[in-house]
Order: sequence, then structure tokens, then C-alpha cells
Amino acid sequence: MPKLNGAEIVMECLRKEGVDLIFGYPGGANLPMYDALHKYPDIRHVLVRHEQGAAHAADAYARVSGKPGVVWATSGPGATNLVTGIANAWMDSVPLVCITGAVVSWLIGRDGFQEADITGITIPITKHNTLVLDVEDIAPAIAEAFQIATTGRPGPVLVDIPRDVQQQLAEFEYPDKVDLPGYQPTVVGHPQQVKKAAQLIAEAERPLILAGHGVVISRAADELREVAEKAQIPVITTLLGLGGFPGSHELNQGMPGMHGMYWNNIAIQECDLLIGVGMRFDDRVTGSLKHFAPNAKIVHIDIDPAEIGKNVKTMVPIVGDVRNVLQQLIPHLQPARHDAWRARLAELRRDHPSIAIPETSRLLPQYVIKKIYELSGPKAYYATGVGQHQMWAAQHFWSDNPYSFVTSGGLGTMGFEVPAAIGVQFARPHDTVWAICGDGGFQMTMEELALCTEYELPVKFAIINNNYLGMVRQWQDAFYAGNKQSVRMFQPDFVKLAEAMGITGLRVSDKAQVDASIEAALQHPGAVLIDFQVEDAEDCYPMMPPGVSLSDTIDQPKVEQPEYAR
Amino acid sequence: MSRRLHTIVALVENRPGVLNKIASKWRQRGFNIESLTVGHSEVPGLSRMTFTVDGAAHDIEQVTKQLYKVIEVVKITDVTEHETVARELALIKVAATKDNRSAIIEIVDLFRAKVVDVAADAVVVEATGTEDKIDAIVGMLTPYGLKELVRTGRVAMVRGAGITVTAPGANGAGQRYRSAGEGKPRVGSLI
Repeated sequence: MPKLNGAEIVMECLRKEGVDLIFGYPGGANLPMYDALHKYPDIRHVLVRHEQGAAHAADAYARVSGKPGVVWATSGPGATNLVTGIANAWMDSVPLVCITGAVVSWLIGRDGFQEADITGITIPITKHNTLVLDVEDIAPAIAEAFQIATTGRPGPVLVDIPRDVQQQLAEFEYPDKVDLPGYQPTVVGHPQQVKKAAQLIAEAERPLILAGHGVVISRAADELREVAEKAQIPVITTLLGLGGFPGSHELNQGMPGMHGMYWNNIAIQECDLLIGVGMRFDDRVTGSLKHFAPNAKIVHIDIDPAEIGKNVKTMVPIVGDVRNVLQQLIPHLQPARHDAWRARLAELRRDHPSIAIPETSRLLPQYVIKKIYELSGPKAYYATGVGQHQMWAAQHFWSDNPYSFVTSGGLGTMGFEVPAAIGVQFARPHDTVWAICGDGGFQMTMEELALCTEYELPVKFAIINNNYLGMVRQWQDAFYAGNKQSVRMFQPDFVKLAEAMGITGLRVSDKAQVDASIEAALQHPGAVLIDFQVEDAEDCYPMMPPGVSLSDTIDQPKVEQPEYAR
Repeated sequence: MSRRLHTIVALVENRPGVLNKIASKWRQRGFNIESLTVGHSEVPGLSRMTFTVDGAAHDIEQVTKQLYKVIEVVKITDVTEHETVARELALIKVAATKDNRSAIIEIVDLFRAKVVDVAADAVVVEATGTEDKIDAIVGMLTPYGLKELVRTGRVAMVRGAGITVTAPGANGAGQRYRSAGEGKPRVGSLI
């Protein structure tokens, strides 16, 4: 068997794993891998403008495609620039395989040029990481990386390979089986626990399903729907669970939590059975844990045993892959109706419209987002940044297109939107992809716009531009006596910026132009950026102030003449 | 919830960086490790660690679940509630003169410890036992002039025929890399 160098072995491994796309950035320490690229024309490399963009693009690509995202970076600053992106993938359980070049092995630990201890740095934000010091170890290390990243609760894995190891020669042999004695995720629910859960469901009068990212990750939307329909259980979806249950479904309740629907926060407090499905009772969902769901027995389905009992006390924990567990549960469910409970929920919704949009001539940010959803058709995909625009995007997202909402949930990474939308477009080249951007976050990663021109990506960017760091401004108004500090900034001319990047730019400041601009963007074959100059100080409601219980959620002020209501 | 000292035994792959990963999980959750011992186990490639950590049972349980997430951790058990044999070893350097050396040796004998080194003005005592016993002998020797003290921290094993923490089918687990075990220099090591 001919010998290959380490870099070629990396490529062979990627081919074995079915990888056809890498987001990366070259540098001194990963040059041998770049040197090997041209021998593997079936593997496409996307040159980002900043390594953070590579990690976010690969993250979003993974969420939509269901395949692991692959990221390359060089040593030192290249690797440390990945850190935010890796942390984002870690918090949201996204499978990433990051392959970094390291300084030559004899310089490791000697503060070599562009050296950073990236395996040390990323310990708390990777599912696993490893420094490979022998060319023979590259194939097993990468096989393990893919196995670990994509199974159990997915997550980012980093493999660090010194430049000289990439140049050493070895025979390529890919392990057909990865045997990790300390890693055996439980994927099938315990049958006894499943029966107990079914029993609680049969006894419940006011059941609720709280569906999270696990439903999306395990692609369990069909199973969730079957469970909900069979036992007639209303479904609340967390921020990352959006897209895990059809928006138009009569049992869909929308989002709970800090900026979730008021009706849901009250419903959680009133329910007698709460079924957490692939979610982790995050503080933005639960509010004060002491007062969370005081009347409910809790069933918690999650693949990660460490999530069981972490935040809430669970009566029936079921460790396993959400899709498997729901499939196991279905035959044990008895048909039910819960008419009184559903009437109560309908009443809550009627009395607390929560996300109604008032009729006004002003250009409201939530109106723009609503219009984008309305005009983009049922097959569109969305990536958002973090802040007010993200919450409005989540509140008004009632799409039936499964797994089509991509957002930074756990880490809350501003700047996610631009590279994320690019990653989504790579995964869905023929579908409409919108980046719903904040004007602050957009400026954090706008360098990646150039990729749309270079790779002919027709991403549509909507900057919800209130010329404020809006969520911070809202908190300053609400909790810091209106002391608006460091929330206004000089803005570039976003239209000119778009044009400088080779894409079409539009500016909209009048409500009457909204429809036409969105239509124009949708019809344009290439990328378009629309700078929506919206009302500057619109607050995002409902809002649960930090530290209080769900019952203390402040609903949106009553809208007398709604233009839109759910 | 009441805090107490917990004894936790882990079986881990003997690979670079493992200790760092494990320590990181404790640190992230604000625990202070009271003692930690690491050494080879009966399975080639696997090491056994014994931690003692102060904390409430629920918090300790949460951390051990997090520790399972470290891929190299094969098994981890809180043996605090088990019937265990737990020991630590101490080396104690005590100032000794020709006049009081025999008094020191008498104390050492009482504790079934050993004098393992003698110099003109000091002795080194080796003592094995529970922390209480070590505390006691150290307390008795201190008046003579404690020059240096080193304690290993606790190692523990469950009583009876059962194995404290065993690896399911972990034979040669540390050999999963082809180059492993060839005595190559590594950057960093387990300890």
C-alpha cells in the first residue's frame, strides 16, 4: 500500500466520512492540508473571511443538513478565532469537527510563533478534543471525532495536528469500528420508564409538551406530531425547538419563556403534567426554578443523562434519543381529548394576544419580520442573530417547514446570523434563505458577505436596523433607569457596503415599501441586503424580568387595533 | 442539603490531557478537590483515580454525571456510601536528637508506622492509615519539630469480592491508538 502524508490521510478520512464541504482558513500550520486539497476535487473548500465565520457557517450547515460541519483553521490565532463558534456549537449541541494545524511538534510548549494551546483552551467547550502527535494516530483520531461529534448528544470535537505530523508518511487505514470504552450513549429509552410516562399521560388532565432542540436534532417532528395528536397534548416549542412541530398545527402553542407567549408561561404554571422532550429547562424557559410549574409532574426525555435533574426535579426521566423514545411511547398512548384544558388555553390566548402587531404607519421591526415570513413562501429557511430581532423572529415563526429556523440559543452569539445564513444556503442551495440580522450583530461578522459573491449564494439579508443595540437598550430602559449607555453607534452605509461586497443593497424606511422590497429581493437571483430602518425604540414583549417566575411575565400592552394577531 | 466529604473512584484512560479535562469539570462547578491520587489500575492502559471532594450529595451527583461526558472516563462511582477500605500514606520528617529519638520511635511503633530514614538530627516516618490516624500521628510528632510532611491523599476500595469500579470489556482500552504504548515521548502526561 502506498504511503500518504498526514494531510492526505486527513483528506482520505473526510472522504470516508462522506464530507463534501469544509469551511476554513489557511495558515502556516495547516499548509500541508491545503496542499493536499487539490487532489480531492470531490471535497469543496469554502474560504471564509474570519475563522469565527467558518465555525458558525459549519454549525448552521450541520443543523440544516443533518451532517456534521467540518472546519479548518491554522494554529494560534486561527484556532482561537474559532473559540466563539465552537462554544456556540457546544451550547446548542451541534456536531462540528474542527481540524486545526498546530505548530511543529518540537515547538509545542515553547511559545512557538502562532502557538496557542487550543486543546487546553477548548476543553470546556468541546465534547472531546485531542492533539495528534503521530501520523499513525490521525485516522483513528478523526474517526473518533466524527463518531463522538455525531452520536449521543452531538457536539463539537477538535483535532489538533502539528504541521510536521501532517507531513509524516504512513499507510492509510481507516478503522471500520470506533471502540471507545468510556463512551456508550444510551439511545433507546428504558421500556419501564416509557410505560410510566404513558401512565402519567393517561392520568393527566392538563398535559403540556415542551419540545426542544432534541426534536430537531433527532429529526423527530413526525413522531412528536403523532404523540401530540394521539393524546391531544398541546405543544410548546422552545427557541431551538421551533421547526420541530408544524406552525399551523392546532396544537402548536408557540414559544415559552423570557420573550415567549404570555399564554404559554401561564399554561406551564397551570399544567398538571409537563413532558420535556429533548430540552434542558434552560433559565430563559423556566424563570425562577423555585416557582416553576408548581402543579406539574415532570417527564423528561433527553439523550444526555447529565440533563436529568440538573435544573428541575423529574418524576419520570427517560434517557434516550428523542425519536426512539417517542416511537416507543406511541403504542402505549391512549386517545384522549382534554377539552377543558384546551378551552382554558384558548381563553388564555384570547385574553393575552401577546404578539399582536398594532396598526400604525410607523415601520415596526416585528412587522418587517412578519412580512418576510408571509411573502417568502412555505419552503424558506431563516437564520437569525441575537437580541430583539431574534425574539421577534422566533415569536412570529409559525412555519410548517421542519428544521428551518436556525438561531444561536444557548450561547446567544451576536454575529451568528451572517455566516449562519451562508452555511444554511450551502445546505439548501435551491431554497430561499433569509438572514434576519440585527444592526449590531451584522457589523460583527459582515466581512462574510463577500462569500455570497464569491460562491454565488443568493442569501437575502434583512437588517432590522433600529440603530440601537436594541435588547440592551430595552434592559437599560427597564432596569437601569433609562441610562442608555453605549447602545448607539456610528453606522456604515449598509447599502453601499453591500454594493462594495458585490451584492444588491436596498434601503427601506417607509412601511409602504416593505412588500415591494421583499418581493424584489426574492425575485433577484443573487444575494440582496435590505436595510430596514425601523422604529428605534420598540420594546420586545412579552417579557419575563430576570429572576422572577413565569407567572410574573409582563404581557405586551393591549393592542386595540391589531394589524396582525395570532 | 448537608455537605460532607465524598470519596469518588474513577477508571480513566491513561492519555495526555485527561487529568486536565477532569479537573476542568470540577473547577467549572466551583468544587475544590481535597485530595486526588492517580495510578495504574489492573487493566493495561487504564488508570484509577480517587478523589475526595467536599459537597452536597446532589451537587456531587451532578458533577459525576458531567465527568461521564469526558470521553476518556470509563467509569466513575461515588463510593462514600459503600463499605470501603480507605487509606492514605504519609511521609513525616521530624526533628530528632539522640535524646528524644527513642521517644519518637515509641510513638511510631504505637501507630504501627515505620522509621524509613535516620539522620543525625531528623527521622523520616512512613505512616499508612485513615486520615484520622495520620492526623493523630502527625499531632503526636509535631511537638518534636515537624520539618516536612507529605500525604498522598485517600485511596479507596470497596470491601468484599466485588470490584470497585470496573470497565466493561475494557481490555487494552488504552491501546486504541496504533502508536500507543511504544514509549514515545508525549507532550504532557496524565500526571
